[in-house]
Amino acid sequence: MKKQGPGEQGNKGTERIEWLLRSVLPPVGESPGSEYDLWPAMQRRLRAEAAGAPVKVRVPWFDWALAAGLLALLALFPAWIPVLLYYL
Amino acid sequence: MRDVASSELEPIAESEREQLIQFCRGGSEAGDAAFEALFRRHQRSVRGWILRMVRDAGAADELTVETFWRIYRARDRFEPERGFEPWARRIATRAALDWLRARKPEYAVANEFFADLPSPSGGDPAVAAEIRRKTALAFGRLRPGLRVAATLAVIEERPHKEVADALGISVTAVKLRVFRALRLLRKDLERLGIKP
Repeated sequence: MKKQGPGEQGNKGTERIEWLLRSVLPPVGESPGSEYDLWPAMQRRLRAEAAGAPVKVRVPWFDWALAAGLLALLALFPAWIPVLLYYL
Repeated sequence: MRDVASSELEPIAESEREQLIQFCRGGSEAGDAAFEALFRRHQRSVRGWILRMVRDAGAADELTVETFWRIYRARDRFEPERGFEPWARRIATRAALDWLRARKPEYAVANEFFADLPSPSGGDPAVAAEIRRKTALAFGRLRPGLRVAATLAVIEERPHKEVADALGISVTAVKLRVFRALRLLRKDLERLGIKP
């Protein structure tokens, strides 16, 4: 009688465990798909994401330059800060 | 059964090619209409692919929407020449893996997918039920990356190339994951008193 080598035993063990796995968890295969159309759910998701998305505000470079100039001026002459706040 | 390997070889229909180009441009009415057309055409196959991995019908619906949302966001990175379905499967696989990682292992497999099976050993139904329960439990304990590779390659019997494309890894890596999954499963079953 031919003896089984460790490789053959390993292969048989793998086959057995594959068989057990397929028996316990049968393949889903080609599923019939959802019973209903998922497009309305997709639309809701798109709307929700659009509503919750942060709004990007584009600030022109000129405004940045003005703000930087003002900050520089206030840094040089801090006494003007209360005057500026009074007129704001 | 249609697989990725064959779908890659199929020429893309002119109408779909046009839709894919419009979809990539996005931001316009035509882009949104193209996205809707792609969604309606591919939702069933994407959901089916996800269901194979997560084995939960409700989650498959949610993850189909999540997958298409990721597709919508990443549309400017899409290359129409490479086909929509393989790209969608890859994104769907990542979404399914994220979902599996976020779940507790003991709930990894929904009961509906294994409870009513015939006894695997043909013996005592109570023993068979216990074997099924323990096998499902041990399988659920595997890391999601290993579990998904084993599910697709062993249970669903998908070609290794297709699994590799979906997971974004090599065919050798898929074989290694399957081997490791089966070895870990066997060890865990032996620890639970089942010798497969």
